[in-house]
Amino acid sequence: MKAERIESILATHPFFEGLAAEHLAVVADCATSVRFAAGEKIFHEGEEAQSFYLIRHGRVAIDTHAPQRGGLTVQTIGEGEILGWSWMTPPYRWRFDARAVDLVRAIALDGRCLREKCEADHDLGYELLKRLTLVIVRRLEATRLQLLDIYGHQV
Amino acid sequence: MGSKQLERSDLGALFRELAAEGRTIVGPTVRDGAIVYDEIATDNDLPIGWIDEQSAGSYRLVRSGRDGCFDFVVGPHSWKRFLHPPQVRLWSARREGQRLAIEEAGHESPRYAFIGVRGCELEAIARQDRIFLEGEYVDATYRGNRQDSFLVAVNCGRAGGSCFCVSMGTGPRAGAGYDLALTEVIDEQRHYFLIEAGSESGRALIDRLPVREAGAVELAAASARIEATEASMGRSMETDGLRELLQARATSAQWDEIAKRCLTCANCTMVCPTCFCTTVEDVTDLTGDHAERWRSWDSCFTMDFSWIHGGSVRPSASARYRHWMTHKLSSWIDQFGTSGCVGCGRCITWCPVGIDITEEVRIMREAADREHAAEEGVQ
Amino acid sequence: MAIRSEATGSLSDPMTPRIFVVERFRRELHDTFTLELTPGPGMAPIVYRPGQFNMLYAMGVGEAPISISGDPAQTGQLIHTIRSVGAVTEALGRLRSGDALGLRGPYGRPWPVEAAAGNDVLIIAGGIGLAPLRPAIYCLLAERHRYGRVALLYGARSPREILYRRQLERWRARFDIEVEVTVDRAAPEWRGSVGVVTTLLPRVQFDPDHTTVMICGPEVMMRHVARDLIQRGVAEEQIHLSMERNMKCAIGFCGHCQYGPKFICRDGPVFDFHSIGGLFGVREI
Repeated sequence: MKAERIESILATHPFFEGLAAEHLAVVADCATSVRFAAGEKIFHEGEEAQSFYLIRHGRVAIDTHAPQRGGLTVQTIGEGEILGWSWMTPPYRWRFDARAVDLVRAIALDGRCLREKCEADHDLGYELLKRLTLVIVRRLEATRLQLLDIYGHQV
Repeated sequence: MGSKQLERSDLGALFRELAAEGRTIVGPTVRDGAIVYDEIATDNDLPIGWIDEQSAGSYRLVRSGRDGCFDFVVGPHSWKRFLHPPQVRLWSARREGQRLAIEEAGHESPRYAFIGVRGCELEAIARQDRIFLEGEYVDATYRGNRQDSFLVAVNCGRAGGSCFCVSMGTGPRAGAGYDLALTEVIDEQRHYFLIEAGSESGRALIDRLPVREAGAVELAAASARIEATEASMGRSMETDGLRELLQARATSAQWDEIAKRCLTCANCTMVCPTCFCTTVEDVTDLTGDHAERWRSWDSCFTMDFSWIHGGSVRPSASARYRHWMTHKLSSWIDQFGTSGCVGCGRCITWCPVGIDITEEVRIMREAADREHAAEEGVQ
Repeated sequence: MAIRSEATGSLSDPMTPRIFVVERFRRELHDTFTLELTPGPGMAPIVYRPGQFNMLYAMGVGEAPISISGDPAQTGQLIHTIRSVGAVTEALGRLRSGDALGLRGPYGRPWPVEAAAGNDVLIIAGGIGLAPLRPAIYCLLAERHRYGRVALLYGARSPREILYRRQLERWRARFDIEVEVTVDRAAPEWRGSVGVVTTLLPRVQFDPDHTTVMICGPEVMMRHVARDLIQRGVAEEQIHLSMERNMKCAIGFCGHCQYGPKFICRDGPVFDFHSIGGLFGVREI
């Protein structure tokens, strides 16, 4: 895929909405287009976290497992959302499994590449961190609500 | 028709005339060391010669040293006991196989005559009228008890230790809503009542009593007595902007301070003449085929009051006191257009730990004023 | 003084239930069931608006406020979906076809289905909260042309606790309503969304300036959904919620259902966020 094409896809993804053109060009250097068939594992718990995914189409399940309970889906991520932040901080390993629920098309940004770009250009690094923090905060809020088990008998 | 005067010795005639109309006469009488409201037959059943000494958390009957019929103020009872009784059977249900039949209780309502209704109590009745008679729905029990009632008001000749009706605009002189209003006057020579009619049936009744036209002397004496009551009232509540004040202070630390004292015993709600909350309970026989539905007074101070599946909405004493006081002094205005408080002071007297609603309002205002001043200072 | 005569209207007590008969009992979920009721002999059918509720009486046990969850256009058919959470609802759950129960109602203010005409409409439900919203959905779909986009966002605890599952599937198959369902927890076999209902909000398109929102679910869920919507630019007046409190009479007499200065029974259960938003942050109100 041509670099300009990736750049324009990045620009239309909500996560990079409004990002400066020069930053987009830098990020595009780390990007490749990927697709996963329904049921395909995107990454496994414990593996090296190599990529940061921008979901363009389809639904991804974040799974874990517990001895007596088998597999558990803790969250799903859909179109326009992002997948994975373990690439950002040491030890750069996934803490959960990710699985394509249906056909998933995404942009994968190489984690090491992104880290190097951010170290080289702190303006880009800060911009990226602000955007990621917003997503992480939102997910944390949602997780807290989920913890409340609000539909149970005891609210 | 001007005001009349009725000699003390002729007060019995009022009872006889009301009884002749087929009325159930209810009035103040001494029982168990308190002045309560109950069915009475003659003027001799009145608490003659008694006064009640009241203060926060304290009530005591003492001899007055004279034979006044209405020298006391208000006791633990109020007229809601008769208009909105503590327990009412609403209906009964019968099951036969899969079928169900429900039959209304259909109570016979007495034709009440209430004797000795104070200004604050007339207002309390008006406030319950608003709830049970003047909304979208009409409460059948209340209407039955209230619709043909005859109210004999008494203008207060003495301010009780917990009274604050003057500041609430409800007394000590009886306002609208009475059939007859009495002012008791005792001077060195005479013991008589100034008697005024407030309705057609009141006027008709006066015509049957051995009254005389009241002169300037009697009118002045009666007015002087009421004015003296007004002047000697020890407590007051500043009502200006109280609705907004309490709305704005829902998270005030003062509620926790009150909760340290409040026992959530519900006394204040039981003695309050306007508190109207009820609960319902089903009573069944052993077969389960007969059930009765009873309604009884309830209190927002209980945990059950706000129970929804899983728990009580107001588990803390602080939230329950806040609910009661805010409802009484603030929410009531939103709901019914007036305050729910008539200044009778019962909640002060009958609170076992002497929480004084007028004092709590004062503290609340001071806290608000301090915060306001601090904000101004910052600016 | 005797009371004014206009206060002496109908003689029957509004606290007395009418007799209705269970036409059909249907189990929905392990703790949730639906009663289809018809008027008992000589009783008139109930005419109601979406969002209203009835007081249902289980013989000898007591009454509970239950929202109506059928289609308001189907007069003569009265549907209540009930979750067993206490003595009364458990007793109602033991009723079967032909059994009688007592009913008073309908009570309360409805969903603003009329006022929403011309707007996009978001229906956001959590758990059993879908039941009081279903009459509104029927009304919206019956006159679909009067509204802009219509979306239903539904959150349940787990896939097996999704209420009205078949109906949700049928609605999802329509082209004129967007249906998004999410669950709080699921096994990997579940092919739908996992996450709380607020996570669905960014996935739907609506015009914040011309959107009416109707929300019903646990209070904590409604609080978060409402705040997210306000952040998206929806006016507080356009966000409607159905509230719940203890209720004994449903006619403003018992005092139990007070929520600040509001009576849930007569001023609600449906409120716009603007009129109660100030109370939402106050604990134990």
